[in-house]
Amino acid sequence: MNARHDRNPLLMPDFDAPHWRRDFPILQQQVHGKPLVYLDNAATSQKPQAVIAAVAGYYEKLNANVHRGVHQLSELATAAYEGAREKLRRFVNAASLKEIIFVRGATEAINLVAQSYGRGRFQGGDEIILSEMEHHSNIVPWQLLHEQMGAVLKIVPITDAGELEPGAYEKLFTSRTRLVALAHVSNALGSINPVKKMIVHAHQHGVPVLLDGAQAVPHLPVDVRDLDCDFYAFSGHKMFGPTGIGVLYAKEALLAEMPPYQGGGDMIRTVRFTGSTWNELPHKFEAGTPNIAGSIGLGAAVDYLESIGMLSIQNYEQALLEYGTQRLQTVKNLRLVGTARHKAGVLSFVMEGIHPHDIGTIVDQEGVAIRTGHHCAMPVMEHFRIPATARASLAFYNTREDIDALVQALEKVREVFR
Amino acid sequence: MDLKELYKDVIVDHNRSPRNFRKIPDATRIQEGFNPLCGDKLTVYLKLDGERISDLSFEGSGCAISVASASLMSERLKGKTVMEAQQLFDRMHALLTREGMDSDPESLGKLAVLSGVREYPSRVKCATLCWHTLKNVLEHPGNPPVSTE
Ligand SMILES: Cc1ncc(COP(=O)(O)O)c(C=O)c1O
Repeated sequence: MNARHDRNPLLMPDFDAPHWRRDFPILQQQVHGKPLVYLDNAATSQKPQAVIAAVAGYYEKLNANVHRGVHQLSELATAAYEGAREKLRRFVNAASLKEIIFVRGATEAINLVAQSYGRGRFQGGDEIILSEMEHHSNIVPWQLLHEQMGAVLKIVPITDAGELEPGAYEKLFTSRTRLVALAHVSNALGSINPVKKMIVHAHQHGVPVLLDGAQAVPHLPVDVRDLDCDFYAFSGHKMFGPTGIGVLYAKEALLAEMPPYQGGGDMIRTVRFTGSTWNELPHKFEAGTPNIAGSIGLGAAVDYLESIGMLSIQNYEQALLEYGTQRLQTVKNLRLVGTARHKAGVLSFVMEGIHPHDIGTIVDQEGVAIRTGHHCAMPVMEHFRIPATARASLAFYNTREDIDALVQALEKVREVFR
Repeated sequence: MDLKELYKDVIVDHNRSPRNFRKIPDATRIQEGFNPLCGDKLTVYLKLDGERISDLSFEGSGCAISVASASLMSERLKGKTVMEAQQLFDRMHALLTREGMDSDPESLGKLAVLSGVREYPSRVKCATLCWHTLKNVLEHPGNPPVSTE
């Protein structure tokens, strides 16, 4: 064991991961006759009993459509739905409820911005700055804009450590730059980008910034006003909430000027065949019956995370990441992909002569769930000239024992290919 | 299920030293195959001498299952006719995707070791990629890349 760890006061003692883990029914399971070791949290996180109960409770006691009925259930459902919005507002410290749009997830949030903010406003030749480490969901919506109206994508390259290349970002700004769209935390590499500084720089050029926070919100405190970002996108299912629900945060002044993304019920004030008028924010961007149960479940996830404390979670995961990094480095012929100085709990790696897909199958037989593949970040794979990586990604309910189980399973992998 | 059922020695060996892992400079037909799920990519080179496959090779990157499957395929079909290749495709497809025994498993020889993938639904496509790629190039030369998704 590393001596430094034993002295590190942040490590484990004041964070009772096994205690929190007991709140997650699914983590009590066995897989292939072995206790489940769930290390695929960047793909999706597991759900605590509190979230499951909130979703079930909604259907058992409150189910009704929102913003519509005068009957009791509809009023209760509306109050619960809008109550969840308030929880999310507080969680990311948005200034107003008008700035919290419920969407399906980070993907829909980014598409909303591309289509509603970008499409009508940008002109052919206008430039959008992205980075080489983006998830496909923060690349393809902008490529669609390229096809639709000729927007040009400028890419901040990454270094072999998986950090944005120093100085490259600033050089990409021109008089045609209209938007920066950037991962707060990379899902494939774990890198935490210096977004606050980058936002200051963009604003000096009068350019708004969208942050893809899908991998940040579950793992560190996020304060959109402190960041001063213009748009912030995240998914509920990666932060211990249900699938099919997520949030777009956007500054009210921007949303007020943006046209609706989809048309339908709830987003209108009046409809006539000669023309319709739009509902007020945030409802203008929430056409149709929303994912009411999902929002309530996400609100419960926020309550749950706040009861633990995001700062405690961040510190604990940091220590666990450090432990995992050291342990993985003891595995022969294993190479970590993504070694940024500021990293969240993502351990992407390759093993010499063994394809990640085979690693994934073999460790699964040991009960260890990891992801293998390109992680929806093909440009990252291309940068490192590898087809895929194996990726273990952490959450606060993981423990050192989980890492040890992974390392042991990797020894099995080496045995099979001996 | 024992991992050894999937990673049989023959598979590990063909992964470590794949046979016919090369280009054919004067190939009659070339076809790319791609498995978007895991990023496996391979190129099959085929040299035809009338109806006979006088040379068959492949290149690419993939997991042990997909590399071994392509290696075994190339070894088996070199010198065979197009008709024999198509018949073998049908049998391999059944072996890799369906329950029930092949009527004459003996005659599949080493190829039978691939049957272990049936227990691993997410890995079936790794084993079938090269076979689909071959079938495609036999039936429709000049097609866009084959994708197993
Ligand atoms: C960094 C990042 N951005 C965006 C997404 C897309 O999230 P979703 O599929 O929930 O919309 C993911 C999910 O994998 C992600 O990791």
